Amino acid sequence: MSRLDDLEAQSIFILREAFARLRRIGLLWSLGKDSNVMIWIARKAFFGRVPFPVLHVDTGKKFPEMYAFRERYAVEWNLDLKVEPCPPVEAVDPTLPPAARSAARKTEGLKLALAKYGFDGLIAGIRRDEEPTRAKERVFSLRGIEGRWDVRDQAPEFWDHFNAAPPSGAHMRIHPILHWTEIDIWRYTRREGLPIIPLYLARNGKRYRSLGDTDITFPHASDAASIDDIIAELEATTIPERAGRAMDHEAEDAFERLRVTGYL
Amino acid sequence: MNMLPNDKILPGHQTPNRPLLRVVIVGHVDHGKSTLIGRLLHETGSLPEGKLQTINAVSDRRGVAFEWSFLLDALQTERDQGITLDTSQIRLRTASCDVVLIDAPGHAEFVRNMVTGAAQADAALLVIDAAEGVREQTRRHVHLLHILGISQLAVVVNKMDRVGYAQSRFVEIKAAVAGELSELGFSAVTIVPAAARHGDGVAQRTPALAWHSGPTVLEMLESFTPAKPLAELPLRIPVQAVYRFDDRRIVAGRIESGRLAVGDEIVVLPRGATARVRSIEQWPALAGSPLAAASRAGQSIGLTLDDQIFVERGDMIASPQQSATAARLLRARVFWLHEQALCVGSNVGVRVGTAECSGKVTLIENAIDPGELAPSKAQAIARNHIGEIEIALTHPIAADVHVQNPRTGRLVLDFAGRISGGGPILARDGDPAGARGRAQEGTPLAAQAGRLNALLDALPAPERLARFCREVAGRLVFTTSFGLEDQAILHMLHEQDIDIDVVTLDTGRLFPETYQLWSETEERYGRRIRAIYPEHGKLESLVAAHGINGFYASRAARTACCHVRKVEPLNRALAGAAAWIVGLRADQSGHRGATALTAVDARGLLKFSPLFDWTREAVQSYVAAHRIPLNPLHGSGFASIGCAPCTRAIAPGEPERAGRWWWEQDGKKECGLHNAGGGKAVAEPAQP
Repeated sequence: MSRLDDLEAQSIFILREAFARLRRIGLLWSLGKDSNVMIWIARKAFFGRVPFPVLHVDTGKKFPEMYAFRERYAVEWNLDLKVEPCPPVEAVDPTLPPAARSAARKTEGLKLALAKYGFDGLIAGIRRDEEPTRAKERVFSLRGIEGRWDVRDQAPEFWDHFNAAPPSGAHMRIHPILHWTEIDIWRYTRREGLPIIPLYLARNGKRYRSLGDTDITFPHASDAASIDDIIAELEATTIPERAGRAMDHEAEDAFERLRVTGYL
Repeated sequence: MNMLPNDKILPGHQTPNRPLLRVVIVGHVDHGKSTLIGRLLHETGSLPEGKLQTINAVSDRRGVAFEWSFLLDALQTERDQGITLDTSQIRLRTASCDVVLIDAPGHAEFVRNMVTGAAQADAALLVIDAAEGVREQTRRHVHLLHILGISQLAVVVNKMDRVGYAQSRFVEIKAAVAGELSELGFSAVTIVPAAARHGDGVAQRTPALAWHSGPTVLEMLESFTPAKPLAELPLRIPVQAVYRFDDRRIVAGRIESGRLAVGDEIVVLPRGATARVRSIEQWPALAGSPLAAASRAGQSIGLTLDDQIFVERGDMIASPQQSATAARLLRARVFWLHEQALCVGSNVGVRVGTAECSGKVTLIENAIDPGELAPSKAQAIARNHIGEIEIALTHPIAADVHVQNPRTGRLVLDFAGRISGGGPILARDGDPAGARGRAQEGTPLAAQAGRLNALLDALPAPERLARFCREVAGRLVFTTSFGLEDQAILHMLHEQDIDIDVVTLDTGRLFPETYQLWSETEERYGRRIRAIYPEHGKLESLVAAHGINGFYASRAARTACCHVRKVEPLNRALAGAAAWIVGLRADQSGHRGATALTAVDARGLLKFSPLFDWTREAVQSYVAAHRIPLNPLHGSGFASIGCAPCTRAIAPGEPERAGRWWWEQDGKKECGLHNAGGGKAVAEPAQP
């Protein structure tokens, strides 16, 4: 088996465990490259159909190309799409730095969706190599009441046995592609022929490596005009993936604060 | 091994099919794990741009000097308190492979996180402070690696700068570490010196460690190999679910071991119904895809069966010829991570593969604190301790024993809604001699040997020995010729106060040095070693027929001598015994390569070789570490020592037993004590 086959087999195993062990789960679709890969693998795991709702927690500030992608592929992929709005920025902790505060709207939207649907499990497409606090995640990670991550008290997890009994009112975050890297995602996207949002490709010498809200996400200088080019660029670069995501860099603890209070 | 080029290795060296290796860094708190990781990343050019500046800023903000641990200790509490709370992972690229470095906390408080990290690893690097040596978490971590099934281990003696880069200190600590490791079941471990903070010995050979000719840390990493899927073992698929999304009934799961092809007959456990595989399903359907016809270990698949037999999550699909056992009672060696101790009577959740049920602990034995190596008489396994349990299950579960299948031969324990322990399955109630109690009368010896192997294989040698002596009823005989292995075993018996019959065969032709050692050994261990002598009538006839040194004349004459002086006396020593304990090792010679832990000797008793999987180097470090008296002839080139006229020293590079009956040219350097099957070699030799 190739490395991509190994990664895919492990992700399928995790998705099937989540579906079997939890009562009601949803998959968080941010429309980006990672969650697109995750949806594709979910279709493989369940033989063509994603058997649970797919949630887009919508800040309303995504790029038009992202909304177009959502409308097209929700239909083509036969998804049970739920679009959930986020409260205005005024509803968010004012002590957070501005970009983090803006990003935290998504956390609030998530809490509303959790309450609305009664999920006890949410599948999210985060990866260890993106960011150091994500590198400390479990595959099945408990979020307490209010969605809080108690990073000081994570349960043991080994041999592909997962903790999946959240107390009432709490939920599990399930991370099926935690073990993938950015370049794995692109190699898999190429191998499987998956569609991508064109913003990832260079236009006028710039492209987006990671997509978020329009006002806090920035492109970097690049000539990568195809997936092949992106892979070649990643093979050579030493610039981190989330360099263009403002909320990661405002303060040393900004991203951890976001995550502890329920951000992805 | 690959030397690093002077310039940085670009990430471009990463290609999809380079080996991917997962290595956990373990060791006592503050022995320099995080610094070593930082240095490895730095020296291989694996750090993203701006990372050094970030670490600098984070260090400045806390008023400390540049601190590598901030690279992975990303949490505010970790940085503020200067400790690693939870495990983390980071990628490293060497010239030949991609490595996932897994950082594991060294604090006793966070052993559960160390286990979480280490369980994902193919191999481990143990970091030991050159000034401090082996400490509590060093031991605990090595024990846990062993029970987690991680067999590849290397040791970095770090902070050599703190001991002035002294080679003597390295040699001293290396001997001590090798001794401790061999007791825990890790033999022939590579041990290298380093000063991670300054980069000495990490990726470069630096002048400070010029005396070190072995590998660098990076080269050691590259010498590890990734774990391979178990395609060659019998088929095992724990069933994750049965999907009925359309008119198909698809059984979904991951192949943990073996292979599966359309048309194969399978059995569904624990109920035992059989069917044939009608199809291997996949989406999107690809015409001619190899997966559709056959699959193998590591793949997550879906299949349909030709017969509508009942299948549900928790079942195990297996090959009917080599099936697993449906067990209601399991014996396992487990580590325990919950604050509340595991006790006899505790109710816990038991998971094997996807099967789950409740279980009640019925027995606890051999509980230890692996940090202290202190045995405990307690009928409980405290947090971060290890012990053996028997657990009665509410429902039958399909399970293997660990020595037969490491993936389906292990269990995980749930307590109060949280994973709290786990370990290898040693035995099941379905096994021949039963999972509980001592070996029973009338059990065929082979089955007893098999059961003992399953029970003891995973244990360190001293524990194997102690357990064997407790499990086997009847008289036990240990025969010694005062060789390296024999001396090590005698030491283990003495240390654990095991009182069995210790016997030596005095042929009358031993080296003076051997008699001297015999006497010293009796003195050191305060016990008599029972000597068995040849029958005088037979000996007199032998010498009369062949002459005093007649054994040089022919092979027949030599075996006749061996028979009278060794084999016949041994038969008397073993008459009526239940088991015979010996110091054989599989790698002593090609002929001994098939040595097993427990075998059946044709004399009709068990033959137990507790050091069967040790290397000569491991035995040497063990005896050195414990200052065990040795035959001085070992120092002059004698490896295996028998009778004086029939043993010579060997040249470097010669096989260990080349010095025995050196004038004989065929490879079988045996006197007949240990001939395969043991028995028929005992027949009367050809008379002259």
